[in-house]
Amino acid sequence: MDLIWEGLRKALELLLRLDPEVLRITWLSLKVSGIATLISVVLGLGLAVLMALNEFPGKRLVIALVNTGMGLPPVVVGLFVTVFLWRNGPLGFLGILYTPAAIILAQAVIATPIIAGLGLAALQHLPPGLRLQILSLGATRPQMVWLLLKEARLPLLAAVMAGFGGVISEVGASIMVGGNLKGSTRVLTTATVMETSRGNFDVAFALSFILLILAFGVNALLTHLQQRGRRS
Amino acid sequence: MSRETLLQVRNLALDRGGVPVLDVPELDLRAGEVLALMGPNGAGKSSLMLSLAGLFAPTHGELSFKGTPLRSRADREAFRRRTTMVFQDPLLFDATVAQNIESGLKLRGLSAAERAPRVQDWAQRLGLGALLQRPAHQLSGGEAQRTALARAFVLQPELLFLDEPFSSLDSQTREDLIEDLGRLLAETGTSAVLATHDQSKAARLAHRLAVMKEGRILQLGGLREVMNHPEDPFVATFVGMETLLKGQVLSCQDGLLSLRLRKGPADRELVAIGEAQPGQTVLIGVRPEHVALSLQTDNTSSARNAFPGAVTKVIPRGPFSKIELDCGFFLAAYVTPQSLSELDLRPGRAIVAAFKATAVHVIRTEGLDTEL
Repeated sequence: MDLIWEGLRKALELLLRLDPEVLRITWLSLKVSGIATLISVVLGLGLAVLMALNEFPGKRLVIALVNTGMGLPPVVVGLFVTVFLWRNGPLGFLGILYTPAAIILAQAVIATPIIAGLGLAALQHLPPGLRLQILSLGATRPQMVWLLLKEARLPLLAAVMAGFGGVISEVGASIMVGGNLKGSTRVLTTATVMETSRGNFDVAFALSFILLILAFGVNALLTHLQQRGRRS
Repeated sequence: MSRETLLQVRNLALDRGGVPVLDVPELDLRAGEVLALMGPNGAGKSSLMLSLAGLFAPTHGELSFKGTPLRSRADREAFRRRTTMVFQDPLLFDATVAQNIESGLKLRGLSAAERAPRVQDWAQRLGLGALLQRPAHQLSGGEAQRTALARAFVLQPELLFLDEPFSSLDSQTREDLIEDLGRLLAETGTSAVLATHDQSKAARLAHRLAVMKEGRILQLGGLREVMNHPEDPFVATFVGMETLLKGQVLSCQDGLLSLRLRKGPADRELVAIGEAQPGQTVLIGVRPEHVALSLQTDNTSSARNAFPGAVTKVIPRGPFSKIELDCGFFLAAYVTPQSLSELDLRPGRAIVAAFKATAVHVIRTEGLDTEL
């Protein structure tokens, strides 16, 4: 028990002292996972809209693949992204392995199917006639897509939260493609793993708390957006 | 009606997944008229409606609106900005009543200042004035469908499509809304196409009626014409002629036909209004509301046709009951609850069924000899 109390005390101290290293790690985590989520929102929602509004051969297979992708193990993504970004790999010329850009790429690969899969479910859950109704009110195709997304905003924001939650908390891919380099690619999760393995439970605790607060803060913001103007 | 043609349909065909669902060689909508599409579920009413509304691209054929053909997606999009549609479900947005009513105007690029007075006006006209700020998901079924109607009328559509807009409402709300819709259509002179699956009151808002079956229009004509002179047994049944009988013409004099029924005892003769040649076989229809029941033959009545028979079935139908009779042939009649008890109608009860010669509609005089 002492270990826990000591850890909590140290964590609080680190937080209150605004330790520069901790702040940098926190900021990087937020930035990397935030950008990765944004990329995934664009790609994932785009994919969801395409799948929801179009009939094409093999649609079921594509949906099945996307849904499988929602459960991609981060270490598998880490492995593939590493191989792709490796010096003589297909994307080796980019030279971004062991940089934050590599983590963003890996996290976007993880979050895109989550947002696409949940986004598709959200759009498919809308009344089937709504699309025709919107068109008959005089909407252009882009206006129609925008209104459909707006109608599905509650479950779509839930999809975004799930995507962000998936990447802010993953460690396998970040450590493999980022390398947990101090001052460069060290994020909250990789730092927590490292400090725990070194026996620095107090620092690990501090980092974990920050991670939880961050996740809570972002989700609280999204929830606020989601529930805004909704009184029952 | 010699008004201009609003929407012209030529050789329209629609396939879905390789299966033909629609085949309409010709259909013209006139300015200012209300056309009802009637038919059972699956008759193709909705498919036709969606094709007419520019929401489905036809597989073959052409639509033109005020003389301009609708060929491309852009043509249909421009057309949709001049028309609109109300569906069976209100399909409101997750927003307030006011935001819902103005949504089409917003999509069509009207400014907030232009939208506000029109939204106010139409909310008032549909009795939604007090509900403008209410979220749509708190509305009752009737209020929601009123909001959908306001959202459509506020656009001042040149052509309004109504796809069974009342069928999911309870009967009282439906009656009220049909009445309101009739008033609004008349006040605004809006041209409309209305789909409905039964010969309900909704169809009575129409000037013309098209009865559909299996993707085709079986008969198109004025409301009374189709109701009273169905050209086809399916149409006859559909517009409420529950009794259809085949008979052979014995004589024809001054438009009065004397017929012998093909079914039942040989002495069952029937008098009808119509034109046919002696010896010809004709199909005749009798509406159940035109059949009167009594306990004995009443010689003083003007009913030329009276047949003794027996009640086979009593079917309660809301405000009245439907009585099925066996008079040597099938006959259906509607009676009030009062008659039901006065005549003590129950299966097996002997009764006399009577109807005037004018209540008998000669439906078809061709093609029956070979079928029999």
